[in-house]
Formats: sequence, structure tokens, C-alpha cells
Amino acid sequence: MLRRFRLEEPESVAEAAELLGRFGESAKVYAGGTELLLAMKEGLVQYERLINVKKLTGLSDVTSADGALVVGALCTHHQLENSPVLKDKLPAMTKLEQKVANVRVRQVGTIGGNLCFAEPHADPGTLLIALGAKMIAEKSSSKREIAAQDFFVDAYETALQADEVLTKIHIPAPAPNARSAYLKFGYLERPSVGVAVAFNLNGAVSEVKIAVGCAGPAPRRVAEAEALLEGKSKDEALRHIAEAGAVAGRAAQAISDLHGSQEYKEHIVGVLLKRAFQGALS
Amino acid sequence: MAKAMTKHSDAQSIPVSFTLNGRLQEIEVEPHELLLDVVREQLGLTGAKRSCDVEVCGACTLLVDGRPVSACTTLAFEVRGRSVLTIEGLAQDGKLHPLQEAFIEHGGFQCGFCTPGMILAAKALLDENPNPSEAELKHFMHGNICRCTGYKKIIESIMAAAKKMRAMA
Repeated sequence: MLRRFRLEEPESVAEAAELLGRFGESAKVYAGGTELLLAMKEGLVQYERLINVKKLTGLSDVTSADGALVVGALCTHHQLENSPVLKDKLPAMTKLEQKVANVRVRQVGTIGGNLCFAEPHADPGTLLIALGAKMIAEKSSSKREIAAQDFFVDAYETALQADEVLTKIHIPAPAPNARSAYLKFGYLERPSVGVAVAFNLNGAVSEVKIAVGCAGPAPRRVAEAEALLEGKSKDEALRHIAEAGAVAGRAAQAISDLHGSQEYKEHIVGVLLKRAFQGALS
Repeated sequence: MAKAMTKHSDAQSIPVSFTLNGRLQEIEVEPHELLLDVVREQLGLTGAKRSCDVEVCGACTLLVDGRPVSACTTLAFEVRGRSVLTIEGLAQDGKLHPLQEAFIEHGGFQCGFCTPGMILAAKALLDENPNPSEAELKHFMHGNICRCTGYKKIIESIMAAAKKMRAMA
């Protein structure tokens, strides 16, 4: 059961930002609604207005510009799992998107909504951190970039200002020898743990980035674990992967809940990091 | 109409013109009205079921422009200009769809509560991929839950229907 609300349907980002500024806390951006409507039906949040951003143009495709990938915030998970550009340049993202929730959620849920809602047990943010992605936040008169690793402040909380709209996600051009992988594990509807790894491979592994998500309130990059692998040969890196996993587990800020105990999640982080790293190497 | 009388005087009304099971429908809804309630209560089509109410179980699955959605968590105004298919619209000229026939032939349901959603999801799958592997079928259908756990027969039914539909194509 949903409480009555009013619907606003802006046709430009500036108009959407203006509405957000005008109505403040009593309004919320609505795109696919797969997360927001659940919270509203439960009565956990309540808004006088929803601002339907699906009429905004130019935010619904994946393009490749100078090698960098630009993902429109209104792209649905279904679009992303089928995007030829992603399949070609970033198969780890394709695989991640194929496994988000279920076919109905992927059909309407958007990447922008997923990131902005910042539900802790979500997949894309973790991989985007490891890929060094940047979120493009726009308001009526300005535009700024927020690094993915700074975007997730806490559970359900992002670095977006009240009148900012997430419009695009920029993913730096993957190097020709770039490797990346994302793995998740869970036994409930949402994942208990998600781990992403990205690096370049030329004899040695370099530019290593590791991120963990789902286990704690927000996805986090783990520089200390990256340092254990950086510049190492494949074999040497594999010898350090268990240690990196233990470091990443501790850094995950895992909490004990229905998805597993803190110790369990920390252990799974290590298991997934090893598998993700091996998978990305092969 | 009783429904209209309960609406607030300041309620926002959105005209929604859409195709329902092949027929044009013109209705008015408020922004917060859910597609499942409109289809079941206002339009009288009760094939789609409310069950988990959180997009997990698939019992409320409807096809919008041929793709499965959870009607329990879809705002009704979203079907403006779209085509909606419910289980009631699947049979053509009194003849059951091959999926419906296969579910009967192969015992693809037990209590039947999940069946409308199962069949519509399977239709979306077969329209996109007429010859799915069992792994592809399981991946696509993993969001449709049968609480009787009759999955084996459901998979057999869909595979049998796929074969029949390929032969007919």
C-alpha cells in the first residue's frame, strides 16, 4: 500500500534540480522505483512528491568516447547486461549486470537509482570503485565529478547534495591489458559480500584496485590490500592474495546481521578476492 | 464508481491510455496507484497474484511491451502508451497458448498460484530466445518462485513448449 503523493515530470536536468531544491526533503527522485517504492510501501520513507526523471533525454545509453565509457544514469540493468559496448570493453560489468536481482528488477531498475539509493547490498558500486569510475552530478547551474570511492558515504547515503542529480557515470578507458572481475556471494535475496578487483597485466600486475561491498554499510576501496599485490609477478601476487584477502576482510567494516556474522563475511571476502583475482588472471 | 468517490478532491489524476491484452484501455489513475491493484481491482483481471509484494517471487508478473515486470511494485501510470499482457490475454480465439498447453500436459503446476507469472515469464524468455539451454532457462526464471517447489515439472513444461513453438514457427 502506497500513500498518496504528487508526481512531477521534469524534462530537463535543470528543471529536475530546481524541483529538488524547491521541495527539499519532501521530494525524491524516482526512476525505476525498484528500491524506492519498496521502502515507501513499507512506510520506511514518505514523500509528498516523486520527481520522475525518466523523461530526461540523453541519459539512457552507453557510449564510448576517447576509450572512456560513459553510462547514462537512466540505463536499466537490462540495457547494461545487453550493451555491446560493455560486453566488448568491460565484460566484468556485463557479468555483474546479468546477475543483479532478477529479470523483472533488471527490466526497470536503473544504474543511477541503484547507486543513489545506496542500499548496502548492491553490486555495481563496488566494481565501479575498483574501475576508478566518476559520478557526474549536475544541478541547475553547475556540474561536478565525484570519484566512485567518495560517492558512498554510508548506508543509504551518498555524497550528492540535495539538489544534485546523478546524470552519468564515467569509467576510464580500460588499458588493452586491463583485467577486472566482480564476485558476490549470499544466500538471501541480496548478496552478503561482493568483491571487485581490477589491474593491468604485463608480466607484473600493476594499477591494482580492490573494493569490497555488501558486508558493511557502504562499498569501500582497500588500498592496503592493493599495496600487497602492486608490482608483483603473477605467482608472487598469488602468494600474497590470502594476506590481501584478510586485510580486505577487516577493511570491509562487516557487520553481523541476517546475511551472516562479521567473521563469516570477513572470511568470504578473502575467498572471493582470491577467486576474483585468479579469474581475472586466467 | 465507488473508486472515484473515494478519491481526494485535490488528487492528481493521470490519464493512461494503453493496450491491455490487445484492446485499447483509457483510464485515469493517481500517481501512487500500483499496476497490480489497477489490473486486479479496477479492470477485474485477477490472474496476477499479490504474494511477496517485494519483487522477489514473480507471482504478480505481467508483460509490459513483452518484458516481465513486477506489477506489485510498478506504478500504474508507467504503462502510458504501452502494451500490457496478462495471463487472461494469452489464449487466442479460445485456443490455449502452447505454454499453457504444455503446463497442463506436463503437470507444470501444483497449487497454481505461481502459474500465471511462470507462464508469462516463460513467454518473455521464449520470445527472446526460442531455444534456451536448461541453464539459460533457470537463469531467466530464477526470479519466479514456486512455493510447492514443482520446478522440475515447470522446466519440463517450458522446454516442451519451446520445442512445440519452434516446430510451429
